[in-house]
Amino acid sequence: MSSKINISRRKLLGGAATAAVVLAQTTFGKIQKAVPVSELGNPTKIPGKLVGTIGTRSPFETPTKVTGSSLSLTPLQDLYGSITPSDLHYERHHAGVPTIDPAKYELLIHGMVEKPMIFNLRDLKRLPSVSRTMFLECCGNFLVFGFKKPATTPQEVYGMTSQSEWTGVMLSTLLREVGVDSKAKWFLAEGSDAAVMSRSIPLSKGLDDAMIVYAQNGEAIRPEQGYPARLLLPGWEGNTSVKWIRRIELSDRPFMTREETAKYSDILKGGKIRQFSFEMEAKSIITFPAYPAKVEKGWIEIRGIAWSGRGKIVRVEVSTDVGKSWYPAELQTPILDKAHTTFRYLWNWNGQTTEIMSRAIDETGYIQPFFKDLVDVRGDVTGYHFNPITKWVVHNNGDVFINEDAKGW
Amino acid sequence: MHASGFSVCFFIALVGFSCAKNEPPDIELTKPSNTVLKAEHQWPVSFGFGRTATKKEIDSLNIEVGPDGIGLPPGSGTVNEGRIIYAAKCAACHGKNGKEGPEDILVAPYGASNPFKYGEAVGIGNYWPYATTLYDYINRAMPFNAPGSLTSAEVYHLTAFLLYRNRLIDSTFIVRADNLSSIQMPARKLFVNDDRQGGPGIR
Repeated sequence: MSSKINISRRKLLGGAATAAVVLAQTTFGKIQKAVPVSELGNPTKIPGKLVGTIGTRSPFETPTKVTGSSLSLTPLQDLYGSITPSDLHYERHHAGVPTIDPAKYELLIHGMVEKPMIFNLRDLKRLPSVSRTMFLECCGNFLVFGFKKPATTPQEVYGMTSQSEWTGVMLSTLLREVGVDSKAKWFLAEGSDAAVMSRSIPLSKGLDDAMIVYAQNGEAIRPEQGYPARLLLPGWEGNTSVKWIRRIELSDRPFMTREETAKYSDILKGGKIRQFSFEMEAKSIITFPAYPAKVEKGWIEIRGIAWSGRGKIVRVEVSTDVGKSWYPAELQTPILDKAHTTFRYLWNWNGQTTEIMSRAIDETGYIQPFFKDLVDVRGDVTGYHFNPITKWVVHNNGDVFINEDAKGW
Repeated sequence: MHASGFSVCFFIALVGFSCAKNEPPDIELTKPSNTVLKAEHQWPVSFGFGRTATKKEIDSLNIEVGPDGIGLPPGSGTVNEGRIIYAAKCAACHGKNGKEGPEDILVAPYGASNPFKYGEAVGIGNYWPYATTLYDYINRAMPFNAPGSLTSAEVYHLTAFLLYRNRLIDSTFIVRADNLSSIQMPARKLFVNDDRQGGPGIR
């Protein structure tokens, strides 16, 4: 079913006919040949395609990002498990993706340090390395294009989160090399994109779990994610994990850049603007069944992901009766700190229209709130740090649409 | 038949030669080595990678301006000069009056609109807590189609013009390195630090 949908969508999007590569016999021997899917025969009767220098996605699988002018969303409903394929990682950049020659790349660390230093990419890779699997998420990750229609996908709700295994050097290792002045309390992280993206970060985070990473899911980090190196702050809003990082300046005060004053600050009901709201609070979302899936009466494994910037997910609860009762979902182990955690819940659907939903609970005891409760406390002006429960209406004909709680968002 | 028999013999001979030459290095592999650093406390004082940055190298990248004005270059800006530069280099994205878009609204004087009400204008006057951020941001990222192309004088002029349009300075005020940080920004008092701490409850 899904392959039909994907093939037709691909034709609509690009006009490119889906084709498979097979070996074809010619008078000169066997050659690799692309044939239309409709002409595919019995695969046991046709020699398969030859090995290649790079792998390919099946022509039947065409997950794609949904794009806006300066962002793109991960297709959560098309993924399995907790890792995001690197080419489906969400994107958000303020002035495009720069092309940086790795041979010329340098990271300057200066300011309140004993010895200002420059590290090139080779230096970074020679230092003790660390790998960590964690999510990265934009703090504006909730219906970034607004609530438009019930036919809304998980990708459009929460597609600005992605998970990778990142490899690099702990920032604390670099700070150990330069020597930190005891009066330093903050550092500026600055990128070498056309926005020269800059954020002030508490030094305590830099000495705790911050990394400078150069690899993503086993290969060099992708340009869209900061090639050749980026800052990575586990659990914190994505904007602070400055991509294409070129400079770190230690200081005794924050720098009050535009991205931490007139952007990425939360305009709250009651007349306050919350600043330096770094941590991403717990979220979860059912990714199946959810639009555009269509389901049948009987056993359904409800699946989704949950995550928290404050640590581990300890529980995910699922309701299949419009929130009247909640049951614990099974969590896939190992449960990692500040990482997507896969959950599932077996449901025997009686075929009647209902609403299903999930809520995440993290190790601090924080419970993912309902949309209405969140708006009651914070108002509806800020677009940042909204993490409500997503409700899916499962109609008696098997259609699944988003509930209209966030209409007007 | 004959050829394949030869190949097998040759293969065995190669393997035998290889084993005989490389004795299993059991002693080196099993004995703990003092060059294996298992924990940070065993690390050397410095790995010696990277190099010392020169003042010239630091100065070439050190563009930021702090809330106290540290980092501002010498120079000054006037409202009238800024008005001309704005019309030429900024109005296409931010609107003739800084209110029309299509990109970010810049002009929203404090009190003229309510930033806490959805749909009302949010801009420099009612949202930006530090005047120094204007210089820093314009200098590092604007104009969008030619970032980093403005002279420091142009950035000063634009800063003056935008502060004036947001009713933060009067039309004759000359913005300089030594007075930009002292311009009162009424939105600053609205800013609070993050009070979310985890645990039950919504903040």
